[in-house]
Amino acid sequence: MVPLSWYLALSAVLFTIGVAGVLVQRNVISIFMCIELMLNSVNLTLVAFARFLNQSTGQLFVFIVMAVAAAEAAVGLAIIISVFRNRETLSVDEESLLKL
Amino acid sequence: MLKWITFAPLIGALLCGFLGKKLGEKFVSVVACGSIAVSTVLAFFAFFTKLLPMPEGKRQITEFFFTWIEVGTFRADFAYLLDPLSGIFLLFVTGVGLLIHIYATGYMRGDEGFYRFFAYLNLFMFMMLTLVLGDNLLLLFVGWEGVGLCSYLLIGYYIERKEAGDAAKKAFIVNRIGDFGYSIGVMVAFTTFATVSFVDKEIGGKVIPSLFTQATGQAVEGIGVFGVMTAIALLLFVGACGKSAQVPLFVWLPDAMAGPTPVSALIHAATMVTAGVYLTARCSAIFTKSQTAMLIVAVIGAFTAMFAATIGIAQNDIKKVLAYSTVSQLGYMFLACGVGAFSAGIFHVMTHAFFKALLFLGAGSVIHGMHHEQDIRKMGGLKKYMPWTFGTMFVGWLAISGIPLFSGFFSKDEILWQVWSSNSLPPGLNKTLWFLAAATAMLTAVYMTRLMVLTFWGKERFKVAHGDDHGKHKADPHAIHPHESPAVMWVPLVVLAVLSLVGGYVGVSAAWGGSNHIEHFLAPVLAKAAPVAEAAHGAVTATALHATEEAHHDVTTERIFTGISVVVAFLGIFLGWQMFTAKPLRKMPRLLENKYYVDEFYDAAIVTPIQGVSRNFLWRILDVQIIDGAINGIARLFGETGSAMRFLQTGFARSYAAIMLVGAIVLILYFTFR
Repeated sequence: MVPLSWYLALSAVLFTIGVAGVLVQRNVISIFMCIELMLNSVNLTLVAFARFLNQSTGQLFVFIVMAVAAAEAAVGLAIIISVFRNRETLSVDEESLLKL
Repeated sequence: MLKWITFAPLIGALLCGFLGKKLGEKFVSVVACGSIAVSTVLAFFAFFTKLLPMPEGKRQITEFFFTWIEVGTFRADFAYLLDPLSGIFLLFVTGVGLLIHIYATGYMRGDEGFYRFFAYLNLFMFMMLTLVLGDNLLLLFVGWEGVGLCSYLLIGYYIERKEAGDAAKKAFIVNRIGDFGYSIGVMVAFTTFATVSFVDKEIGGKVIPSLFTQATGQAVEGIGVFGVMTAIALLLFVGACGKSAQVPLFVWLPDAMAGPTPVSALIHAATMVTAGVYLTARCSAIFTKSQTAMLIVAVIGAFTAMFAATIGIAQNDIKKVLAYSTVSQLGYMFLACGVGAFSAGIFHVMTHAFFKALLFLGAGSVIHGMHHEQDIRKMGGLKKYMPWTFGTMFVGWLAISGIPLFSGFFSKDEILWQVWSSNSLPPGLNKTLWFLAAATAMLTAVYMTRLMVLTFWGKERFKVAHGDDHGKHKADPHAIHPHESPAVMWVPLVVLAVLSLVGGYVGVSAAWGGSNHIEHFLAPVLAKAAPVAEAAHGAVTATALHATEEAHHDVTTERIFTGISVVVAFLGIFLGWQMFTAKPLRKMPRLLENKYYVDEFYDAAIVTPIQGVSRNFLWRILDVQIIDGAINGIARLFGETGSAMRFLQTGFARSYAAIMLVGAIVLILYFTFR
């Protein structure tokens, strides 16, 4: 049986990749995918703990995260499309209208 | 019963104020006069059927509504007290008030602020009656301030005229000085007596005796002794000076003539300005315990009487003459109070209310008939145009001059005699004050004669005057047609004339076969002044009291002094007649014409420095630099902080993410290693 630490290590690696992606990527869609990666790494942790502690709470929690992620994806993609129509760019560095 | 006496005018005021504009003059006239008529009838009913039948010395009717303030041992009720002193005030305030209301419906006809005028006037009656009936110093103060407010509103009634607004402000501000003294006086009285009530009150389970009872039990403070009684008396007297226009706070009253004439008659002659005398008489037990205060009251009274009478001689505005005359007569009343003759002072308040209201309303009738001309130099010969006005003012003239058998004669003679026979002043001073008062009596006769001669006798100067003012009317010598006022105006004049004629008979002194009803009636509620000797020896000596009694019964001397005041009155009229029929427009001394430059002096000594300090320090430094500076400084602090923090907002979404990451790491480290 694969020990818990392996799952946690994999999830930590995935999360770090996600964070690094959010920080270094300019393309909004890439950033968006990195956020999804972070969410799913957390999901992995939750199910791993649920399995090893023999409790279903963690699995239930994953469903909530997935539902929120789905909603976030819908709203986020809508915003991205709307921004692209107006500004004709996907670079986050150019979306700085609110700055003085 | 007492509550309807005061609340009827309040209801009238509300009706006139809120509905009067829509429902018109008829409605306002009926409501305003009707409400005062209700309180007049009730007042006479309460006085004659309730108060008078009570046994002497126990005449007191109280009516309690609710406890207004109760804090610790302090208690002030909203309660009314009807006793001989408030009873007399009640009668003439409602009676004269009613006549003036009726007169005013004629005088103010067609004025666009008709409803407003009567709302204020009714409100004034409510406040004045509360002042008179209030059973403690604090409720009295409510009425006191209320009449001050109505006075302000009515002086500034002609809102489109700047001098009316200025006069209103002046009256209000000068009265503030007096009210300051009054309010501190009330506080000192409370800390001394633990009550501010004129009747015995139960506070916290035990009965606290009235101010009168407690003050009566105090020791007399001699001249030069500044104890707590002197402090209370003098502080209250500062209030009385403001309200009753005594030197040095008299300057507002002549200016107050900017208001409509019925207001001058009601507020600034008959009722409100006598509130100071009422206060002094109400607190007579306190005043008589301080000989210093009594001395000051007497001296200020006599000085004011003389001072204002000399100014009155040289004024040309018919209302200004009467205003200075009022100040002068108020001085008489305080002189009487100062020598301990409170009942004589109240007697003069009453007769003065009759004849001065009469004279003011007569002057109003003249102004009305002359189409708003107030300068007596531009009148003359009016007696054939205005027979009723002339006849009634003639009575008022004789009454104020002190011609025998008219009301003013009895009260003025009583005051003069009381001053002469007083033994509560330092030796010799009473004779000096008597001399001042007698000289003032003559001056009074002179200036009133001047007023009458210039207005009603001699050549008709208005035609010439009018031609001069408007060149185009020169061809028409009858441009001004003086006319008699309508009956609604002269009937109140006639009633007041009758009162001026017979009003004095309630106080005919014993020396002339009368029994001086008013003095006996008032005796239980007024304190007696202590003779000087008493304080000097520190105890009540039988001989001193005996001497007082003896002095009162010195009939022969009293008759001689009555003779002197009659001679003085006739001499004054004779002098005035001789001087002003021969040369009506005689040049008056410039010092008197300019009122001794008192206004100019106050301007230079008080108003200008205050304005300077206000402008250069309070405004430019305190307000602009310190207060505004503090507020703007706080605003600038936030502004500056904001613009410093602005640089954190780079506009790069990824840098925000980096900051969030750092924050998350810091939090995790904190919770891991703490």
